[in-house]
Amino acid sequence: MADTKENVTPVYDDAALAAEYQAKRQAQIEEDFKEPFDPECILEVRHLRKCFPIKKTITGKVTRELVAVDDVSFKLKAGETLGIVGESGCGKTTTGRAILKLHQPTGGQIIFDGKDITNFDSKQMRDIRKEMQIIFQDPYSSLPPRDTVGGILSEPVEVHNIVPKDKVKDYVLELMDKCGLRDYYFERYPHEFSGGQRQRICIARALSVNPKLVICDEPVSALDVSIQAQIINLLKKLQREMNLAYVFISHDLSVVKFISDKILVMYLGAVMEFGSKEDIFKNPLHPYTKALFSAVPNPDPTAKTERIKLEGDIPSPANPPKGCRFHTRCPYAKEVCKHVTPEYKQYGEGHFAACHLLDEA
Amino acid sequence: MDELNNVQAEPEVVDTEVPLDKNVRLMSPTRMVVRRFFRSKLSILGLIMVISLFLFSFVGPLIYTEWGEIELDESGKTEYAISETTYTVGGQEYTVRQTTEKYLKDNFLAPASAEHLLGTDNEGYDIFVRLMYGGRISLTVSFIAVFLITILGVILGGIAGYFGGWIDNLIMRVCDVLMCLPGVPILLIISTILDASDIDAKYRIYLLMIYLTFISWTGTARLVRGQILSLREQEYMVAAEAMGYSTSRKIFKHLIPNVMPQLIVQMSLSLGSMILYEATLSYLNLGVKAPYAAWGSMINIISTNQDILQNHLNVWVPAGVCIVIAVLGFNFVGDGLRDALDPKARR
Repeated sequence: MADTKENVTPVYDDAALAAEYQAKRQAQIEEDFKEPFDPECILEVRHLRKCFPIKKTITGKVTRELVAVDDVSFKLKAGETLGIVGESGCGKTTTGRAILKLHQPTGGQIIFDGKDITNFDSKQMRDIRKEMQIIFQDPYSSLPPRDTVGGILSEPVEVHNIVPKDKVKDYVLELMDKCGLRDYYFERYPHEFSGGQRQRICIARALSVNPKLVICDEPVSALDVSIQAQIINLLKKLQREMNLAYVFISHDLSVVKFISDKILVMYLGAVMEFGSKEDIFKNPLHPYTKALFSAVPNPDPTAKTERIKLEGDIPSPANPPKGCRFHTRCPYAKEVCKHVTPEYKQYGEGHFAACHLLDEA
Repeated sequence: MDELNNVQAEPEVVDTEVPLDKNVRLMSPTRMVVRRFFRSKLSILGLIMVISLFLFSFVGPLIYTEWGEIELDESGKTEYAISETTYTVGGQEYTVRQTTEKYLKDNFLAPASAEHLLGTDNEGYDIFVRLMYGGRISLTVSFIAVFLITILGVILGGIAGYFGGWIDNLIMRVCDVLMCLPGVPILLIISTILDASDIDAKYRIYLLMIYLTFISWTGTARLVRGQILSLREQEYMVAAEAMGYSTSRKIFKHLIPNVMPQLIVQMSLSLGSMILYEATLSYLNLGVKAPYAAWGSMINIISTNQDILQNHLNVWVPAGVCIVIAVLGFNFVGDGLRDALDPKARR
């Protein structure tokens, strides 16, 4: 009896399942939106969604769109670091920029410091900008080439009236010292500096307005390994001193392991797993997380690690696979994974994942 | 847990990268451009040509005041015409030699002399002086035109590039339409209209140049739009947005200064072409009209008299040389600036 039951392939009605999933998710989103804001958290992201139009009709109606970020939720407390990891093109950067509203989110809620900023207009945003800052990946293109370091760092201080006009220079010099920049760099131009020093300037610029939250968008991936360590240590030191919250976006797992308190694993725009660093590294639940961590080089040459190899390429985010997004490459994929989108559920304290396999075990 | 804690042993936060010595002063981008500009001999030559033309046209008439722009040399000129007629009356041959002494008020087509440095033209105007005044009108008119073109182009191109969307579409389609208009035929029509209406000969060239401005801002607008489109995606512009700077600060302090290099090159190159345009108009008798002087109309004199083309080179060659110097000068300066402003040329 048991045998025959297993051999019968269940028939999936994809359209109906998708509709059901959508309705369920919509209900979940509405329910979550009603929840009060967590006063402990500096940043709360609920069901963030960002779509980019690919095709438009002449009247401007979007006929096809790319879902870059689909349903990302997390909470972040002051002084904490959230690491976002994932392959390139998985929506890490878009998530970071949508949080800062550099891209207007298509759906979801962003609660920053007790305020729902999702629908703030650009004028309202301007006042809140100094609370949240960003550090970019490329230190070469993120500094204006025609301004001195002093000018670059003084401008935000003056615009936001951080200190009185006559104290701006002292303030900037103090900030430069804090970020490991020598005082005579004040008159220098960005093109005179190496990547690491430029990244220090970028960090100093981001911190010049005393933010509470800094989005670090792959801040070290363009740098040498030796410089990477310095920059990461600088970021850690500044976090301690200024009680900053970081959203640290990276594809380098060892860096994320070092700096993060919580880790969010993304694949094709969706969250695969979210939890504390210990949970994610010690007890990864999702097969994608496992595969990702098995690819981290181990400095100990004698240690034998089992490498989980993923077959195939990352599918196009413009046309994501049905069911579980990861099923095309998942070594454990089953029939259900191809049709039913797995729910994002809690497994243990503060540890979330979206995978069918976890329900069966 | 051990493994995780091990990683967190923090080295001291120090900048180990070898810093530039305190006393090493690198140049600012602007100074580097100036230095690279003056390293090229052609750009120096161009600059000399342009500056000397300016001095010649604007300072020259103040120093050399012997003759005015529309002052005829009325010192007079006597022309002798000798005619011989032979009659045969009754086998006897008579030759009548007639000498006509014609006294003319104007001293025209005089050769170069101390009095007229380059001689006079077919009306009796001093060529050297008219060259200076012609230069004045050429340079003034083309500077005004380029200035207006640049302002229009920066504003419209800037709006199109920065805001994008339907306004970008609108401005670019207007550009396309204007680029389709044939310049010279419409200029002919406008010139005829100006002839019919009572407009001072002095001002008609300005009106024509305003029309030229109206059809030529499209190139600059496209250039500025393209630049702003590419600059907008630069991370420092995203950083400026994240800093919460106002739109005007972003445009005027972060975008425009970075468009300036290309704009300056475009301006200096279009100065040359505007001078050429002005000369063409005046040559076709559409631009500056007699009695006022322009380089183009000074060359046009040859069309009235074949003799001048062959025997009085001093009447029309200097004006041609002036046009060549002006256009070459501005183009050399423009090329030099373009090379100097090219960030990839790191010499």
